[in-house]
Amino acid sequence: MTPRLSILSAGPGVTLQDGGRHGYLRYGITAAGPMDPLAHATANRALGNPLGATALEVSLGGVEVTAEGGPLGVAVAGGAFRIGLDGASLPPACALTLQPGSSLTLRAGRAGAWAYLAVAGRLDLAPTLGSTATHTRSGFGGLDGRALRAGDRLAVAESRPGPADPHALLAPWLVRPPEEIRVLLGPQDDFFAEDQIAAFLAGPWTVTTKGDRMACFLDGTPLTHAKGYNIVSDGIAMGAIQVPGEGWPIVLMADRQSTGGYPKIATVIGPDLGRLAQAQGGTRIRFRAVDRTAALAARRAEAEVLARPVAMEPLIRTDFSAEFLLGRNLIGGVVDGAQASP
Amino acid sequence: METPRLLDAGEAALVAEFGTTVDPAIHDRVLALDDALRAEPPAGLRETVPTYRSLMIHYDPLVLDRDALAERILSLAARPGAARAGAAIWTLPCCYDPAFAEDIAAVAEATGLTVERVAALHAGAEYRVYMYGFAPGFAYLGGLPSALAVSRRATPRPPHPENALLIGGGLAAVGTFPMPTGWYVVGRTPERLYAPHRPDPFPVAVGDTLRFDPIDAATFAALERRAASGEVVAHRQEAA
Repeated sequence: MTPRLSILSAGPGVTLQDGGRHGYLRYGITAAGPMDPLAHATANRALGNPLGATALEVSLGGVEVTAEGGPLGVAVAGGAFRIGLDGASLPPACALTLQPGSSLTLRAGRAGAWAYLAVAGRLDLAPTLGSTATHTRSGFGGLDGRALRAGDRLAVAESRPGPADPHALLAPWLVRPPEEIRVLLGPQDDFFAEDQIAAFLAGPWTVTTKGDRMACFLDGTPLTHAKGYNIVSDGIAMGAIQVPGEGWPIVLMADRQSTGGYPKIATVIGPDLGRLAQAQGGTRIRFRAVDRTAALAARRAEAEVLARPVAMEPLIRTDFSAEFLLGRNLIGGVVDGAQASP
Repeated sequence: METPRLLDAGEAALVAEFGTTVDPAIHDRVLALDDALRAEPPAGLRETVPTYRSLMIHYDPLVLDRDALAERILSLAARPGAARAGAAIWTLPCCYDPAFAEDIAAVAEATGLTVERVAALHAGAEYRVYMYGFAPGFAYLGGLPSALAVSRRATPRPPHPENALLIGGGLAAVGTFPMPTGWYVVGRTPERLYAPHRPDPFPVAVGDTLRFDPIDAATFAALERRAASGEVVAHRQEAA
């Protein structure tokens, strides 16, 4: 029997995402794909999967899964979620072999809004336009174009086991304080007077709880436009920050529409998309304008991280704080659990 | 020819803007650049998105240098007589029966025309597909007769049916996917502008011309069955 990942429970907004449905923006097809591409790729990389392989994107609603028909190698990476394996806590970035009858839970934690659960092998799903990325508004991708729910079973082709005992992923690049988000100004920064650009960069802006996969809505002192807020619709890149008439910026994310008619004051650089996506409601952020050279350097650093295997280390004990485990590699060296406990 | 403005939309997308208005001549330049780039795509080009007045070019900046891309765009845009070739003329069957044209009475009232006249004006015009956006296969069309220029609704109506012919704000559209809309439903076509299970999921390209051929409810039902089984029921003709 082909092993399956079985969904025991799922909160709202848990979907299947691969690297995105690219190439069809010209037909109004949103790319979808992960909100935090770096974390999605890290979970896949840890298992030796292709970086764009289909994985579960877990929302703050959380998920509980088990394996059926055989053990499954799995990896988790993303925000500082609370991870549990049969009740024992694991670090928020980890890899393990999930045995039939065992329960793995991912629950919202202190920080972060999305976590990724990748499976070693290939989740066997029929692609739409070459991709399994779920876009619930269009009703396609993933499993019948909808969010996952209890009772769903996902067949895993070419499954492989993970580490026999749970390991922590040493992925310090996933520690990304959301307080400062880097942007390139434009494409329509000329719709705003200089003092409004300065106000945009000074902020601060509060991430509201209204956000979803389509957009991140910001609260703060509204901006004003120098020459109106209607433009003839043009293309929208992921991370574009549009400012509609009422003046509160909206950052357009993975499930955004492909075109739109509001001026876009700035665009979040690719490497900071995940950083922003992981900001929980209530987080205060600022934007910092950088140039293309800085954006490219950040992109290059990210590509270098993903070009290497993800280092792992066995867990000596399983009740480390999330801060400790996410930051472990920043402290440097492999340290003894007893010495490191707070 | 006027040089397009190049606007960075982050470090992985560049916008070549040919104007700020809806104008067939501007759109022609967008499409000519789109064709030229796609005919010989530079390594690192990811995808291009033609809209009314600009072309968004998504690229991998670790492979394709921005300034090299910019130079290429400017040189392609400066080519004389770079008109777009190969646009097709499509005739889409369209039913204006009130059962399929839920809002045509409201448009008649707003314009002071009869329902029959609204249908005749809509069916008598020729439309240009300016772009897709908003939802899969949602086509924005130019060419709506000015007599049918009604404002969009103050508040959106419930989701329109599949493959609805929409008008609003002086524009026309084909709404493939049912979505709440601020536009008015004036008819329905059995043709699908997005059909994921057909070999060519998107028969109509940006830049193509659309015409509508009025059909009655019985014809609609018959064509709808054929379209549902995967057939293209619209008629395609190469532009002269």
